[in-house]
Amino acid sequence: MAMESTPAGAATAIELRVAARTEVADGVVTLTLQHPRGKRLPDWAPGAHVDLTLPCGLTRQYSLCGNRWDAYTYRVGVLREADSRGGSAFIHDELTEGARVALGGPRNNFALVPSPRYVFIAGGIGITPLLPMIAQAEMVGADWRLLYGGRCRASMAFLDELHAYGDKVTVAPQDEDGLLDLSAWLPAPRQDTKVYCCGPGPLLDAVERRCADWPAGLLRTERFLAKDQTPVRSEAFEVELRRSGVSLTVPPDQSVLQAMNTAGVHVLSSCRQGLCGTCETTVLAGEPDHRDSILDDEERAHGDCLFPCVSRSCTDRLVLDL
Amino acid sequence: MTSTLPNRQLPSTDVDPFSPEVLEDPLPMQAALREAGPVVRLSRYGIYAMARYEQVHAALTDWQSFQSAAGVGLSNFRYEQPWRPPSLLLEADPPHHDAPRAVLSKILGPRALRTLRADWFADAEQLVDQVLAEHEFDAATQLAESFPLRVFPDAVGLPRQGRENLLPYGDFLFNAFGPANDLVERGRPHVAELSAWVDEQCRRANLEATGFGAAIWAAADRGDITHEQAPLVVRSLLSAGVDTTVHGLAAVLYAFATHPEQWQRLRREPGLARVAFDEAVRWQSPVQTFFRTATTDVDLAGTRIAEGEKVLMFLGAANRDPRAWHDPDVFDLSRDPSGHVGFGMGIHQCVGQHVARLEAEALLTALAHRVEHLELAQQPRRHHNNTLRAWHSLPLRVHRAP
Ligand code: HEM
Repeated sequence: MAMESTPAGAATAIELRVAARTEVADGVVTLTLQHPRGKRLPDWAPGAHVDLTLPCGLTRQYSLCGNRWDAYTYRVGVLREADSRGGSAFIHDELTEGARVALGGPRNNFALVPSPRYVFIAGGIGITPLLPMIAQAEMVGADWRLLYGGRCRASMAFLDELHAYGDKVTVAPQDEDGLLDLSAWLPAPRQDTKVYCCGPGPLLDAVERRCADWPAGLLRTERFLAKDQTPVRSEAFEVELRRSGVSLTVPPDQSVLQAMNTAGVHVLSSCRQGLCGTCETTVLAGEPDHRDSILDDEERAHGDCLFPCVSRSCTDRLVLDL
Repeated sequence: MTSTLPNRQLPSTDVDPFSPEVLEDPLPMQAALREAGPVVRLSRYGIYAMARYEQVHAALTDWQSFQSAAGVGLSNFRYEQPWRPPSLLLEADPPHHDAPRAVLSKILGPRALRTLRADWFADAEQLVDQVLAEHEFDAATQLAESFPLRVFPDAVGLPRQGRENLLPYGDFLFNAFGPANDLVERGRPHVAELSAWVDEQCRRANLEATGFGAAIWAAADRGDITHEQAPLVVRSLLSAGVDTTVHGLAAVLYAFATHPEQWQRLRREPGLARVAFDEAVRWQSPVQTFFRTATTDVDLAGTRIAEGEKVLMFLGAANRDPRAWHDPDVFDLSRDPSGHVGFGMGIHQCVGQHVARLEAEALLTALAHRVEHLELAQQPRRHHNNTLRAWHSLPLRVHRAP
């Protein structure tokens, strides 16, 4: 039984084109990413990050730091990590304009919640998720301040953009001002003030220690662990649909959903961007390569379900409860 | 780049999509609008309309150009006072839309609903056994209304008393997205009382300690939304979560009563229940229309829509656009209905769709196991509503499986 083509059209894992690559500070480049055929990109909100799978096969997470009122462009900022295991070095040394990267997400574990006041604290490249938050705080007329630390002024990205906000922004390069004065910025918890902090581990540790006895929800942090992710496969993989007794091969240019449809197995879907959750499918064996915007890290770690409209497989074989 | 036609060449019609004749059977008007062009002027209301899948889908997803905060009905909140404080979801734009949406998506997400599944399936079996004591009954009231009213208010955590207010409140709300016609005027005398009851139920003290309502208040305690927002987020469940599913369930029952071979197919393959429900949502489109307001001068398929103008999206017409669907007027379980816009699309896409699907799956599964054949016992009657494709009655005759 062949499936009819449906209006949502073919859904394959989204690939983005590097439309521009710009040095914005010492050791920091921004990438401007667009759909190769100029389509809208999946919606996002401040605090969201994407998983980018680089041509070298590595997958890395980057916060979106552009303007979501432009639905056609993502911007990410990438620091050359001293102890990089390849991702940032590859972007700095080898990724050129015109190159393709595969997209997972966007996902958001660091959402900006409504509040009359915000304190933003950024260390180094941790400024990236805070940039759209600041733009939003400004837009809704919230009362906010930013403390932005870094090694030295030349290493701190986006100072030009932040300049427009005047004295709401405090720039504190370590070689001029020493360590960030957290005691002055985090005196006592206030229900009407949310604190957002992103930066290197030691800064987050210091902030979390200082706020350890604060009521939950007032301090919100994001930590990117350079987790050792299984390199994502770019070759075909097998999918076994246990209940239907069907096995099929998913080639690199097809989604699992498409491959199942071609094989005549009905799976209801809707948005086909890993957003709405309609096509959720139980995984019985194999390790999914999650590309959706829905599951959080804990849910991903369970590995017991996937969204076949966008997600793929890390292992040679996936067994699904279908 | 495409050139923009002078808008005087725009197809125009004085049809009233909210007239009793059209509400009784909207299909001929929808076909005419689709044929007239990708964008059509509705001269009676001074607005633009879209009835083709491509443009409806584009407007639904492009929240940057087509906003919801000026109201998703005919009334333009930039100039007119809304009849109630606007919804924090349906009638909000980013960034205000973000936090309430994130909170509800989690609470109503498929993984959160797993805990309800067994109970809802058991409830459906009980209700169906009770109703099947008769061979003939009105499925609109006895199944399509009864089932959601039995499971959904409990899941929200509402008190028992006063639940009869839910359907009339929703009926008024969905009428109020249209023009101030007779349907709206007839409801108006009761609005204050209905609203007062609904608003009262959204308070923390009136909600059970577990349920969607309590989960919304807990999100406010965590600071994910504010405590001021919590009651309005609860209100969105009471507004959008009842009438929609009632008429959605009636739609799928009507579909099966008029397509016996499809019912046999479902009985053979009960796993198709979810597909069947979405196919019925496509085919009948319980929510027929929503509006947007242009945030800037937008060029859509050669028409310039000026900033501040209202645009009417015919979801039901898009779901039957032959440009997008093969044999769109046919209810067919072998079709993949994925991608229909009956639940909308984009950032406002129905956050309750998984709830609706679970209700439908439970009810259809219970029926499929017990009913060999169902058919119309009498001509069903429509209920007119400015937004909903609704039912007054759906008299069915059933033959129980041995
Ligand atoms: C068959 C049943 C249903 C249908 C056909 C339906 C249809 C829709 C549609 C078309 C929209 C999009 C509105 C827009 O784009 O402006 C929507 C949004 C919404 N629906 Fe549903 N719905 C159904 C059931 C439910 C249920 C059961 C709930 C609650 C549990 C619910 C809650 C909502 C809410 C809160 C929104 C606003 C979402 C937002 O703006 O982000 N709906 N629905």
